[in-house]
Amino acid sequence: MKFAVIVFPGSNCDVDMYHAIKDALGEEVEYVWHSTDNLDQYDGILLPGGFSYGDYLRSGAIARFSNVMAEVVKAAQAGKPVLGVCNGFQILLEAGLLPGAMRRNEGLKFICRNVALKVENNQSMFTTGYELNETITIPVAHGEGNYYCDNETLAELKRNNRILFTYDGENPNGSLEQIAGITNEQGNVLGMMPHPERAVDSLLGSKDGLKIFQSIVKNWRESHVITA
Amino acid sequence: MYKVKVYITLRESVLDPQGAAVQQSLHSLTYNEVSDVRVGKYIELTIKDTDRDLDQLVKEMCEKLLANTVIEAYRYDVEEVITQ
Repeated sequence: MKFAVIVFPGSNCDVDMYHAIKDALGEEVEYVWHSTDNLDQYDGILLPGGFSYGDYLRSGAIARFSNVMAEVVKAAQAGKPVLGVCNGFQILLEAGLLPGAMRRNEGLKFICRNVALKVENNQSMFTTGYELNETITIPVAHGEGNYYCDNETLAELKRNNRILFTYDGENPNGSLEQIAGITNEQGNVLGMMPHPERAVDSLLGSKDGLKIFQSIVKNWRESHVITA
Repeated sequence: MYKVKVYITLRESVLDPQGAAVQQSLHSLTYNEVSDVRVGKYIELTIKDTDRDLDQLVKEMCEKLLANTVIEAYRYDVEEVITQ
């Protein structure tokens, strides 16, 4: 499976993401600059964290109009797995690929530490490697991760099991219903504030994030590789 | 030429953590009369004379980029700038 890590001016988790795919997961991966206008050769699209365009105006607001985003929308519509982490999640929200918006953290502080997450749905292409209701440890690092959507959207997210991860126990940022990660209606676009790419090796404190990438590959292989 | 002043705030229904912190700080300065604070953005656009509908243009810019209407409300004033 071949992944693209989309790099915007101001991305800073692109190297971690690349490392997670290449070294921890053992799949093919390339950096793709935001001006690219073709993603056809990639099977999975990764939008890393950081501060694209300095977070000017709003997080993700300017990156969302990058050349590559039309291609990300195309990949999403084609059913390819698209994962946006942190700033990547914010870009997916601004692009309208996921519903809702991010507010400043309730406590106004930038939070950078491990948090406990609960796996709310293990039937999605991103989470089949987990047990339902399993508690996992993955770091967050954000100032604007306070998820918001209207009641109608929230009801729809719940009805179709589109909330994959919630913060377990304490709510670090004030996020609505403790939401940490959601998918689109088709289930192939995931946005999450915690950084799974920073949790792929126990040497670094946790490898609980690795299963997200492993789940993507496993599910992709099952639907794409024809066994003789 | 026109000067357009765009004001963006979080929608009434959306809690404003920055505003709440500022309010608390004003209270600690004994300005207890302050019952609500909303922190927003102010954007000035200078727009050249155009055949296109100015209101329509500004609305489009606000909806597409300047404001995120999921959580933000916007309003704007238009001033005509007379140039020699």
